[in-house]
Amino acid sequence: MSIDVKKIRADFPMFRNGIKMQGHDLVFLDNASTTFKPDSVLEAVTSYYTNRTSNSHRGDYDLCYDMDVAVLSARKTIASFLNSDWKEIVFTSGATASLNLVAFGYAAKYLGPNDEILLTQAEHASNVLPWYKVAEMTGCKINFIPLDEQGRLTVENLKNTLTPSTKLVCVAHVTNVLGYLAPVKELAKACHENGTLLCVDGAQSVPHCATDVRDLDCDFLAFSGHKLCGPTGIGVLYGKFELLSKMEPFMTGGGMNAKFDMCGDVNYLEPPLRFEAGTQNLEGILGLEAAVRYVQSVGMDNIAEHERALKKYAVEKLAATKKVTIYNAESEAGIVTFNVDGVFAQDAATYLNSRGIACRSGQHCAKILNDFLKTVATVRASFYFYTSYEDIDALVEAVTHCKEEFLNAYFN
Amino acid sequence: MPISIELTPDIMREIILDHASSPRHKIVPSEEGYLSMHSSSVNCIDDIDVYLKEDGSGFISDARWEGTACTISTASTDILCDLLIGKKKEDALYMIEQYTKMLHEEEYDASVLEEALAFMNTSKQAARIHCATIGWDAVSELLKEHHHES
Repeated sequence: MSIDVKKIRADFPMFRNGIKMQGHDLVFLDNASTTFKPDSVLEAVTSYYTNRTSNSHRGDYDLCYDMDVAVLSARKTIASFLNSDWKEIVFTSGATASLNLVAFGYAAKYLGPNDEILLTQAEHASNVLPWYKVAEMTGCKINFIPLDEQGRLTVENLKNTLTPSTKLVCVAHVTNVLGYLAPVKELAKACHENGTLLCVDGAQSVPHCATDVRDLDCDFLAFSGHKLCGPTGIGVLYGKFELLSKMEPFMTGGGMNAKFDMCGDVNYLEPPLRFEAGTQNLEGILGLEAAVRYVQSVGMDNIAEHERALKKYAVEKLAATKKVTIYNAESEAGIVTFNVDGVFAQDAATYLNSRGIACRSGQHCAKILNDFLKTVATVRASFYFYTSYEDIDALVEAVTHCKEEFLNAYFN
Repeated sequence: MPISIELTPDIMREIILDHASSPRHKIVPSEEGYLSMHSSSVNCIDDIDVYLKEDGSGFISDARWEGTACTISTASTDILCDLLIGKKKEDALYMIEQYTKMLHEEEYDASVLEEALAFMNTSKQAARIHCATIGWDAVSELLKEHHHES
């Protein structure tokens, strides 16, 4: 079913309020970075402060009980969204915290000097640096699965790189610079045949396509709320329950222990509460549930289809200008990574800003990828279900004039 | 050379493009005796080193730079090097202070900025102020640091 962008935008204050940038109507093409929030998310967040303020699992009165029920409801909504059990849904501050939880809670405990973690060159910093830290702590090795000539991760290359010492493979479901969709189900099978766990960074995939963790059979999956129309500061780690049960808490404190005594004996709660020390981001949890319900109401398959169509349109129109180099014309996600020929990426992005168009320039937190792209920086335009064809036309029109006019941003 | 003609947007653009496409001072010194300072930005990929040489009597005899930089940081750092050569350290610091004030839309003394006046409207693109100041901040720090040492 096709998406009615105009109707959808009526739900979003950032569109309804007619936000301007540099005097132009805002064209927001930085959705891989963060996304706008619909009214239902804002209402859920403010309801915590206007009607429902209380702490969870902390008291005997109705407001507290209701908050416990609300948090459990959010956990179940998200579990159903991912096709998992609610006990496998850990609330974190975002994908970064989720990946760090696997790194410090699982890898740091179970890996040693003879073990290996495999990554790819296309990973976001949050799916690289925690593993470097694990290597520093445990002495394990970090190696990279080669990408194919397009920049894609293939099962074949994974199989050729796995060794008996590979304990963990950590890859993005959709990469944040090039937007390739990894064959997670096949990767998981290859990993498991090798006795290896698969940890998936779902930050760029969960908001954009249907995710079924049982079907994918990944062992861990991380995502952030704010890239899915939810609030900032809230995210999720999905982990298979038996793995979560083996994990150490990354943080300790209230709300995650069953009992402890002065001798230092502590009994931790079962997952997911074991990993949720201290008062949680309750308004974030409520907001995230509303966001998940919202994208479900739009339909994950509709979202994926809309973005695929936008991507195809953008690539065709941009290529037709003959003024750009596109680095990922073939990738699945609604992400176009390009340079305007003869204009440094950041200068191009500033010019786009001067025309009210929000794009990202730079290395996009995947700094090692630049060795692969053979360029120091790129411009990234990234779409969501509320992105219109007119947004892309505005980008294409600006790109057409960019080389001649890019310094105008400083003078006009 | 002091600029006596009116700075139109076209002239400012010419100045910036000229220094960005053919920077005069973008070369690492091969000889000894240069002070240097590294500077990079957390927000973008600008990553440069600046090099200064003094003549022993408080004057800057050479200024250079090298690194990865966008049009604005390339041109602003290269113009800075142009302006530094032959200046007394105190005058250089005064000039940098005026430039920084201009970038932040404060009152400034335009008489010492010469070609650097081409960046007078950079504040329109607030996210890029750091590109126009990355080399200037590094030189300022270097001069102040060395000033304390001596």
